Amino acid sequence: MSLLDYFKTKKAPTTAVTAKERLQIIVAHQRGERDAPDYFPAMKQEIIEVIRKYVQIDTDQVSVQLDQNDDKLSVLELNVTLPEK
Amino acid sequence: MAQIIVVTSGKGGVGKTTSSAAIATGLALKGHKTVVVDFDIGLRNLDLIMGCERRVVYDFVNVINGEANLNQALIKDKRTPNLFVLPASQTRDKDALTKEGVGRVLENLGKDFEYIICDSPAGIETGAMMALYFADTAIVTTNPEVSSVRDSDRILGMLQSKSKRAEEGLAPVNEYLLLTRYSPARVATGEMLSVADVEEILAIPLLGVIPESQAVLKASNSGIPVIIDQESDAGKAYSDAVARLTGEEVEMRFVNEEKKGFLKRIFGS
Repeated sequence: MSLLDYFKTKKAPTTAVTAKERLQIIVAHQRGERDAPDYFPAMKQEIIEVIRKYVQIDTDQVSVQLDQNDDKLSVLELNVTLPEK
Repeated sequence: MAQIIVVTSGKGGVGKTTSSAAIATGLALKGHKTVVVDFDIGLRNLDLIMGCERRVVYDFVNVINGEANLNQALIKDKRTPNLFVLPASQTRDKDALTKEGVGRVLENLGKDFEYIICDSPAGIETGAMMALYFADTAIVTTNPEVSSVRDSDRILGMLQSKSKRAEEGLAPVNEYLLLTRYSPARVATGEMLSVADVEEILAIPLLGVIPESQAVLKASNSGIPVIIDQESDAGKAYSDAVARLTGEEVEMRFVNEEKKGFLKRIFGS
């Protein structure tokens, strides 16, 4: 760091900030699938295909998530963003 | 009962073997009888870092298969008392490790040693899973870099679901973060994830921060665990980590950039 740097104002977020944000997202996603059963990815894919038979959607418009609320209850959450007509 | 500690990471090249060698040596230097076991079957390297590569006769797989007994395969460290190395096999593939076999060897080691350090291979295949399966404690070695942090999180998931402790519903594996190749100067300029960032993402207690250091290469060049080099930052940082591992409270060092003098600030460095 030299004298000139002292006069430069803060600019765009640093790459470390970008790295942290990207990691937070991917890690959260990863943890969501951590406890999912082995068949989960295949089931997710099939659900998407069934929806696609009727509505034109992209894969990223569907989120299928398994939430473990407590020991006895897990909730399969399906979230589909339908395209506007 | 011996404590089984796995040094793991998911990603390769982050410093598992360097850390295993340093931590095992550090524990032995504190007077604990310690053995460090190389689980990287087919790609043995711990022997090189420990400087005992020319003394390998029998290996881990020989012991599992009953072709040699433990005393024949264990290599006594020449430098540090209380320290032994169990080398990996260089020729066989990683499927030579079975749960029964590994369990039996660890149990036998447990009769004689206070600490068993398992140096895990990279990846999430048999060797890595075997290394973490029996662990009481896991040291998750991580670089402040996106792929390493992500892989560490994957390994944490494995520890919580695929370890013996998880399968048998026992108390969970103690997980610790060991952040290696840390460069405070680059953190200060926003080029590198900070300790706090990585701690926040992985959400496990911090065992130590090892600064990026030329001493690590020097140590591996000569086959002397870097913790022996107490002049170096890395050596001191590993000593601190070992102290924390044995329950001492030691303040973190080498996490902040060294203060530059006035002239350096003006003229750059």
